[in-house]
Amino acid sequence: MSDHELTAHETHSVRGYIFVFIALLAGTGLTVWASFIHFGSQEINIAVALTIATVKAFLVVAYFMHLISERKMIYCVMGFTAFFFAAMMGLTLWSLAPNNLVHT
Amino acid sequence: MDFPYIVEPRRDTGLYNAKLGIWLFLASEVMLFGALFSAYVLLRVGAEPGMWPHGWLNVPVGTANTIVLITSSITTVLAWVSCQTRQFGRFRFYHACTLLLALTFVCIKSYEYHDKFTHYEFTLANGKFADGHLVEKSRDFNLAQKTGSVILHGREVEREVELMDLHRPEARHLQHVEITIPATGIKKMERYGPWHHTYLAIYFTLTGLHALHVICGAVVIGFLWGPGAKMWQTDPKRFTNRIEISGLFWHFVDLVWIFLFPVLYLL
Repeated sequence: MSDHELTAHETHSVRGYIFVFIALLAGTGLTVWASFIHFGSQEINIAVALTIATVKAFLVVAYFMHLISERKMIYCVMGFTAFFFAAMMGLTLWSLAPNNLVHT
Repeated sequence: MDFPYIVEPRRDTGLYNAKLGIWLFLASEVMLFGALFSAYVLLRVGAEPGMWPHGWLNVPVGTANTIVLITSSITTVLAWVSCQTRQFGRFRFYHACTLLLALTFVCIKSYEYHDKFTHYEFTLANGKFADGHLVEKSRDFNLAQKTGSVILHGREVEREVELMDLHRPEARHLQHVEITIPATGIKKMERYGPWHHTYLAIYFTLTGLHALHVICGAVVIGFLWGPGAKMWQTDPKRFTNRIEISGLFWHFVDLVWIFLFPVLYLL
């Protein structure tokens, strides 16, 4: 890549980073605003807050951490992590169900 | 002895050593914080009805800290871009900003911790509860010997459950006043430390571990900004890789806070 091409490429990516930064700030504002609104039940409020947090987390991981353009090996590592994380959370939620093996 | 793939990536994986290393480390970190989030869920669901606190933390302060961390994330990524475009001066500027923002985060967190450690709940001899920040203790105050008195800036309630949900309309309208309580009228007094409530136990554990990550990240960033920056003269590509690796860790710290903020402050 020539110096001119490199500068053009970096200008483009800097714009992208600034866009993500603004989106993250907006997401923070939205999270706070949504927390003061009663959506009908506590469960819906939790779901709304966690959905916004997940979108914000995706923006950080995908663009700031460049996961969107990473190598296969990293996807493999993070795939295993996501699986075990989901399994741990799944087991946690399952343990709370009233009629499972934990409570018998 | 020279190690291979310190700077140049391996052909088959397309990764240099440190990059694979940091992603493996972050994977373990996901499981560490995941286990604590799982503990949070169990504690919250297991709490007696009405006994899980709401509104115990200051939302504007938490929001400010969120903005500080998000801003530090973009300064980190811009520092890396500056290294890639060979603009060392800009790199120094953005990295200094990240360092200052990290210190700001720690200062705000310390203020919050201090606020909690000067906040007391009193179980009174008349069966009521008093709650607020300690203004003054008389010199002869001794709870065991029942001498002296304390002055509290807070409020008095009939039942402990009334202290839990501060988002309730009735709780919002409660006036905070200065209350003088003699030691003879106090059955028990307790700070808002981790021992006071399971919510505070998990709050201090999660935010304490997160703050430790912020401090460790700030030390690494400080090193790369200061003495570690000498490598820029001898091996700029390796130095740029180091900035990328420290940046990945820093973004992870931001990522954890993105979930901690709503979970602990808002829900």
